[in-house]
Amino acid sequence: MIFIGALVAVSAGLVWRRDGIDGVLDILSHDLWLFGEIIPRVLAGCLLGGFIAEILPHDKVSRSLGPESGLKGLLIGTAFGAILPGGPFTAYPVAAALLTVGADFGATIAMVVSWTLIGYGRAVAWELPILGTDFTLWRIVISLPIPVLAGWLGRIVFVRIYPKGEPE
Amino acid sequence: MTASALIIDITLWGSVAILGFMAWRRGRVVLVSSVREGSMDFINIVPRIALGVVGSGYIAAVIPPEVITGWLGPDSGWFGVLTAVIAGAATPGGPVVGFSIGAVALKVGGGTPQVIAYVVAWALFAFQRMILWEIPFMPARFVWFRAAVSLPFPFLAAAIAMVIGKP
Repeated sequence: MIFIGALVAVSAGLVWRRDGIDGVLDILSHDLWLFGEIIPRVLAGCLLGGFIAEILPHDKVSRSLGPESGLKGLLIGTAFGAILPGGPFTAYPVAAALLTVGADFGATIAMVVSWTLIGYGRAVAWELPILGTDFTLWRIVISLPIPVLAGWLGRIVFVRIYPKGEPE
Repeated sequence: MTASALIIDITLWGSVAILGFMAWRRGRVVLVSSVREGSMDFINIVPRIALGVVGSGYIAAVIPPEVITGWLGPDSGWFGVLTAVIAGAATPGGPVVGFSIGAVALKVGGGTPQVIAYVVAWALFAFQRMILWEIPFMPARFVWFRAAVSLPFPFLAAAIAMVIGKP
């Protein structure tokens, strides 16, 4: 967060030098407006995460999405990421909740990557109209194996780095 | 508010209501503790989201989209793919900006494998989404881990596109 704060301060300084105080205030008011629009959705995402953490039976989650879940766990993570409704305000809180109830890094990586690459929401709303049907469909077909492969690679690397499980 | 934003909000709060109902059926205690947990997350996350939203606006203003399009010129080959991956990660703004830059690159003669690599890299690494959403919500160790193991995949996508000759 300190790094990001510093990056923001430097960028704001550059904008101020280029466009003066008006440029800085323009962006600030636009972003505050955006912030107000986003904030209820963030609340909804956090509540979703909270409910999921309480409702989902931990033993079941760690069996189907845990380190021992194998290819099936990666496929479940991928499918879950692909059908998850909403935007980043749901995907990340839900992914964080899955981690806390026993999903491993591999399955969670599969879910997050699947959400960004083959989630239908963004593809239908933005990619189809802007890049066209042909490009979008082939891009998705080419991307299909990536969530599972990324989760699988994640598991391999994880075991190498943390042979005794994740440190606290 | 646009229709798609309305649909998003309805599905989102609809899911909250359904899961909340399921929690309530498990008992008041479950409902109260999950709402408390969600609200605590929310309170913790709001300042970080604020920094992300306001901050990424300034970062985006410093990196104009024209710079990115320049990187994505009609180069080809693996150097073009590498440039596309860096450009994808460095693209500011939301999906409209990312996909529009891809469309422009296609129009000015960028190769499709390079544009595939660009779109996939943008989906995996767009710095604004990582700063604004992924880092505040997920454990930091997970974010870096996820980004690191995702690194090969824009290149893999470009390679597949080259081999099958599509789109």
